[in-house]
Amino acid sequence: MFRRLFKDFRFSVLPVPGRIIAIVFFVVLFAFPLITDRSYYLYIFTISNLLVIFAVSWDLLSGYSGQVNFGHALFFGVSAYSVALLNKYFGLQPWLTIPIGTLVATGIGVATCIPALRLRGPYLSLLTMAFPFILLGLVMAFKGVTGGEFGITGLPRLAETPVARYYICLIVMAVSVLIMWKLTDAGSRYIRTGLIFHAIREDEIAARASGINTIRYKILAFAIGGFFAGLAGALYAHILGTVGVSSLSMVMSFRAIIYVVFGGIVSIYGAVVGVYVLQTLLQILGVGGTTWVGQNQILIMAIIVILVLLFMPEGVAVWIRDKIERECPRCKLTNVAWRKECRACGASLYTEKKAVSH
Amino acid sequence: MIEQLIVLTLITGGVYSLLAIGFSLIFGNARVINMAHTAFFMLAAYGLWYFMRRLGLDAVWAIVITLPAVTLVGILAYRFLINPIREHHAAVLLMTVAIAMAFQEAMTGIFGNDYWAIPALIPGFTDILGVSVLNQHLLTLGIVAVVIVAVWLILAKTKLGIALRATAQDAEVANLMGISVPRTLMITMGMATGLAAVAALAVAPLWTIYPAMWTPPLVMVLVIVVLGGLGSIRGAIIGAFIISLVEVSVTLFMPSYSYLKVVFAIVAMVVVLIVRPGGLFGVLFEEERL
Repeated sequence: MFRRLFKDFRFSVLPVPGRIIAIVFFVVLFAFPLITDRSYYLYIFTISNLLVIFAVSWDLLSGYSGQVNFGHALFFGVSAYSVALLNKYFGLQPWLTIPIGTLVATGIGVATCIPALRLRGPYLSLLTMAFPFILLGLVMAFKGVTGGEFGITGLPRLAETPVARYYICLIVMAVSVLIMWKLTDAGSRYIRTGLIFHAIREDEIAARASGINTIRYKILAFAIGGFFAGLAGALYAHILGTVGVSSLSMVMSFRAIIYVVFGGIVSIYGAVVGVYVLQTLLQILGVGGTTWVGQNQILIMAIIVILVLLFMPEGVAVWIRDKIERECPRCKLTNVAWRKECRACGASLYTEKKAVSH
Repeated sequence: MIEQLIVLTLITGGVYSLLAIGFSLIFGNARVINMAHTAFFMLAAYGLWYFMRRLGLDAVWAIVITLPAVTLVGILAYRFLINPIREHHAAVLLMTVAIAMAFQEAMTGIFGNDYWAIPALIPGFTDILGVSVLNQHLLTLGIVAVVIVAVWLILAKTKLGIALRATAQDAEVANLMGISVPRTLMITMGMATGLAAVAALAVAPLWTIYPAMWTPPLVMVLVIVVLGGLGSIRGAIIGAFIISLVEVSVTLFMPSYSYLKVVFAIVAMVVVLIVRPGGLFGVLFEEERL
């Protein structure tokens, strides 16, 4: 078993720089509390990990299966609010409220399908963008229950110490990202969803003609997207201790999209890179709004998004990956870009131009 | 009550249709969902406020400066930011949101996160059907009527209008017929932002001016345009009046739950979409089949 792991590591991780970076990244994340125990940094990274789950779940729904959802904050916010309400009015503890909140978000995800399945393209995007405003209107209309624009405060924390909270969120993030990565892996031999999501995105009629029940898989995509966004929202409520209307706002929906598009759409690692560069880096540079970066965070983010869309439309992470890795034209194995020949089959890597993907 | 309902519906619907026509125009021609549309509206409101209040200019001069300036900003934004990525609708949506957020932050940076007001262009009240109406409201209705007629005249009677409609139907064939599609699209964007600026002219004295003032009308415009059918100007106008009827009845009949007006508006939209997935007057294009 260990020999096999070692062999896998030696032959399919070490020769590929992207995988080395991913592993180093996770090792650093797990060792992070050893480097610093300033609770401010731990807090920033905890929030970032939750946003990673949120962003990746958007990527799964909108990037992989092509159901471009511009109201992803609906799932996040509905879960956060149900967690807060359950805790405030029924006194339930986090270990019970988080699963319930996640399930509520999944249910909302399935319910969204009722109108969403009939629409596509811009209509779908605009319809889904409107949904969080329904909930926002309800929250504002029933101030007595939901606290209106001040939100619900005083939720119990997830764990006592910042380090414990950090590790809970990190592990949940790692497991969720792993699950979503496997679910969207189009080359997988065991799980078909990845391939089917790709097919639905590229040509739904062709997918249906091939005998795929596309309705069922679209509902599945919405349910998975809602599930993980809801998980992030529920944890977020217990990390912050408060739930406010900002968790349902349009800005929240667009944060997920901005992170994913910045890093690279239809790639799980793109979402991770997006969150860690845009959220974590800007937060650390911003130091709680005391520096120039902190005060103009939204402006900087907007300008970065504009520049990325203009000059690297495929996303920063994908752009870097294409610079350091190269797919063998014969055996489709990933190689370091500076090799001349494929490390497995010896075919020349530069004989033919790589086809430009969409 | 009924008189109030009718008068208020007409006024709110007028404002919304001004905003929705511009939004629909640019979507119909360039397939661009311009989330920054109401941000241009916000810019124009700030421009009017700045020239009238800060510099003390006459209202006429403020309008003369603001309208072309905002239109120019819109054209430049389209030419340099939106046009290069026009093919991907998700990227365009994101780009326009980023533009809107950049405008919002720029306004916050320059003028601060404060609330401002400008005086009505025509002060005073008029009594209609027992409802006292601000003259500014009547001016709004007048502007709406003029704009609708003008847009209709341009689209139906001029050569430019034919070019615009041809581009909306099939950009490739329009190009083959000798119409410069990029120029037509730029003119469309100029018209759309110009309409947003005109809407600001009508509405800015009635609403408070603050950096985030673009989001509440944006939601309503989205609902209206989806309900009426994306890209259809007739749909935008009719949708605006339907949604304003819903909104005004919620505010009039359940004043304590006036926050629910967005909810009811969205529910109305969803009901229409379930019956007619393309909106009331939407055209489904061949390449958007799936």
